[in-house]
Amino acid sequence: MELFLPEPLDPITIARIPFVTAKVDAGFPSPADDHLEGHINLHEELIRNPASSFMLRVKGESMREAGIKTGDVLLIDRSITPVDRHTVVAMIDGEFTVKRFRKKAGKVFLEAANTEFPPIQLGEDQELVVWGVVTYGIHKFA
Amino acid sequence: MGCRHLRHSQIRIAMSDRLALVDCNNFFCSCERVFDPSLVGVPVVVLSNNDGCIISRSQEAKDLGVPMGAPLHEQKEVIRKHGIRVFSSNYTLYGDMSARVMSILRDAVPAIEVYSIDEAFLRLPAGFDEENARELRARVLQWTGIPVCIGIASTKLLAKLSNRYAKKNRGTGCVFDFTTAIDPDGLLAVTSCGDLWGVAKNLSRRLAKLGIHTALDFRLADPVPVRRSLGVIGERMLRELNGISCLELEEMPPSRKGVMASRSFGSPVEELVDLEEALANHVARAAEKIRRFGLLATHLEVFLQTNRFRKDEPQYYPTRGMTLPAPTASTSELMATARELLHSIYRPGYRYKKTGVMLADLVSEDAYQPSLFDASSSTSKRLDIDKIVDEINRRMGDNRTPVITRASMGMESSGKGWKMRAERHSPNYTTNWQELPVAKI
Repeated sequence: MELFLPEPLDPITIARIPFVTAKVDAGFPSPADDHLEGHINLHEELIRNPASSFMLRVKGESMREAGIKTGDVLLIDRSITPVDRHTVVAMIDGEFTVKRFRKKAGKVFLEAANTEFPPIQLGEDQELVVWGVVTYGIHKFA
Repeated sequence: MGCRHLRHSQIRIAMSDRLALVDCNNFFCSCERVFDPSLVGVPVVVLSNNDGCIISRSQEAKDLGVPMGAPLHEQKEVIRKHGIRVFSSNYTLYGDMSARVMSILRDAVPAIEVYSIDEAFLRLPAGFDEENARELRARVLQWTGIPVCIGIASTKLLAKLSNRYAKKNRGTGCVFDFTTAIDPDGLLAVTSCGDLWGVAKNLSRRLAKLGIHTALDFRLADPVPVRRSLGVIGERMLRELNGISCLELEEMPPSRKGVMASRSFGSPVEELVDLEEALANHVARAAEKIRRFGLLATHLEVFLQTNRFRKDEPQYYPTRGMTLPAPTASTSELMATARELLHSIYRPGYRYKKTGVMLADLVSEDAYQPSLFDASSSTSKRLDIDKIVDEINRRMGDNRTPVITRASMGMESSGKGWKMRAERHSPNYTTNWQELPVAKI
C-alpha cells in the first residue's frame, strides 16, 4: 500500500474548538472547567525519544530481584548509551537477553538479578552487543 | 530577544549548497535483523509480495551470488545449501522503521526529501562535513539498528553517485563526500553511464552513440549534441554532473495524492465473485488508512490485470475511475462504488492476476463542509461506525487478520485462491502488542 499525504491544511481549518463539559442551563458551571488539562498520555510521559524506543516482552526469572518477571513488557531506549548498572537488552549467541550491564575496571560483563544465575563473563569468541537500555517495565497486577 | 526589529523573513539561515543522499543498506533485510539476533552474520533475503522474487539481500546473500529480483523457485538450491534465511515482506515493520530513520534525519538538517522508503535527500547546513555525516550515520545505527550509507555532493545526481561509491567501497566507512574528494574525475572515469541515476538502457545507448561511455565523458561532453540527442533530461544530467544543481529538493510528496491497495493473487482468479471479495478487502484497507489520517476520498479507481508474463493467455488490463458524489471515507460507500466499477470492467474468460483500488484526490475531513442539503447526511454516522471497527481491529487483531470484517470480504476459511501468499512473514515487532520481540532471560 502506498500513501501520499495531502498538502498541509490551511491553519484556520485545523484550529480546534475548546471542549466544555458543563451544561450552561443547569445552574452553576463546574469549577473544574477552568482547570481542564486533557488527559495523561502514558506514551508521551514514558517515551522520551520515539524514534529510538522499542518494546520487548520477557520470559524467564533471571531478573526477578530487579522486579522484572515473566510476561512483563519493557520499554527500551536505544539512544541511551549504557553505563555501569543500567539494565540492558543484549544480544548474545543469537538471542536477546536482559541483564544488568556492569563495567568494572574497564571490564564489561552482564549480571543477573537473581542469585541462582551466575554473572555472564564473555568468552574469547563471544561478542557482547548492547541492543538498548531498559527505561521502564510494565507489569500486570490485575 | 535582541533582534526586535528583525522580521521573520529577514532572518537568513546560512545554507550551504550541498546535499546528502542517505540510503539504508539492504533495508528490508536490515529491518528483519534488528529484531532477530539469530540473523546477525547469516545470509538473509526478503521476498516480494506473494513470495515471488527476492527483493532484498543481506551482504552475505549478495556475496553468495544471489541475484536481485531472482524468482524464489530458481534459488531453492542455493538457499538450502547455504541455509539462507528467507522472509516474506513485512511492510508494516519496514514502514515503521523507515519513519524512525526519517525522523532522525529530519531532526538533524534543515530540510529533507523522503525519496523512497529507504532513501532521503538532505539539505545540509553550512559547515556540515564528513565528520558530521559519520556522526549522523552512527546515530541512525544506534537508535534504530539500521545501517546507512551517506553520499555528499552539490547536486542530487552526484550525491547519488557518491552514495553508490560509499556503499561499494568498504574503506569509506559508508560515507563519501564528493566535494572534498581528492580525485573526483578519477571516480567519474570509473563510473559507467549505465550506473548513473536515471540512466536507463536506451539512454545509455544514445550516450554511447555520442562516444560518451563513462560519467567523466558525460561531464566533459559538449552540451549541444547532448541536448540534441537526449533533450532536456540529458542536458540536466550534464549540468548536475558539473555540480550545477537542476533537481530541486522536493520537500512535498508528488502531486498525485492517493492511497492504493492492491495485491497479486496466489493463483489466477476467473470468477467475478472472487474478484469482488478481494477488492472488498483492498477497499477496506485503503479506507481504514485514509481514516487514520483524517482524510476523505473524492475519486475512486478500480483496476484488473491479467498475468502479462503468460504470453499464451489472453491479456486484459482495464482501469475505470469515477468521482464520488461526495467526499467520503466510509467503507460501505466506497465499496458500493468500487463494486459498480468492477462490474463494469469485468469480462469473463480471463485469468486475472491482480485487482486493486486507488483512493485519490484526498481532502481533509476537517476541511470538508457537507452542504446543508447533502443527501448523504448519514455519512458521518457511517464513518463513526467505521472508526469503531478500526479501533477494535487495531487493538485486538493483527494486521493480517482483522477481528471484524464485512460479509462482502469473505471468510478466511472460505479457501478462496486470492489470499496473498506470505508464508514467512515476521512478527509486527513494533506495531502490535501481541507480536513484540521476546527475550528469554
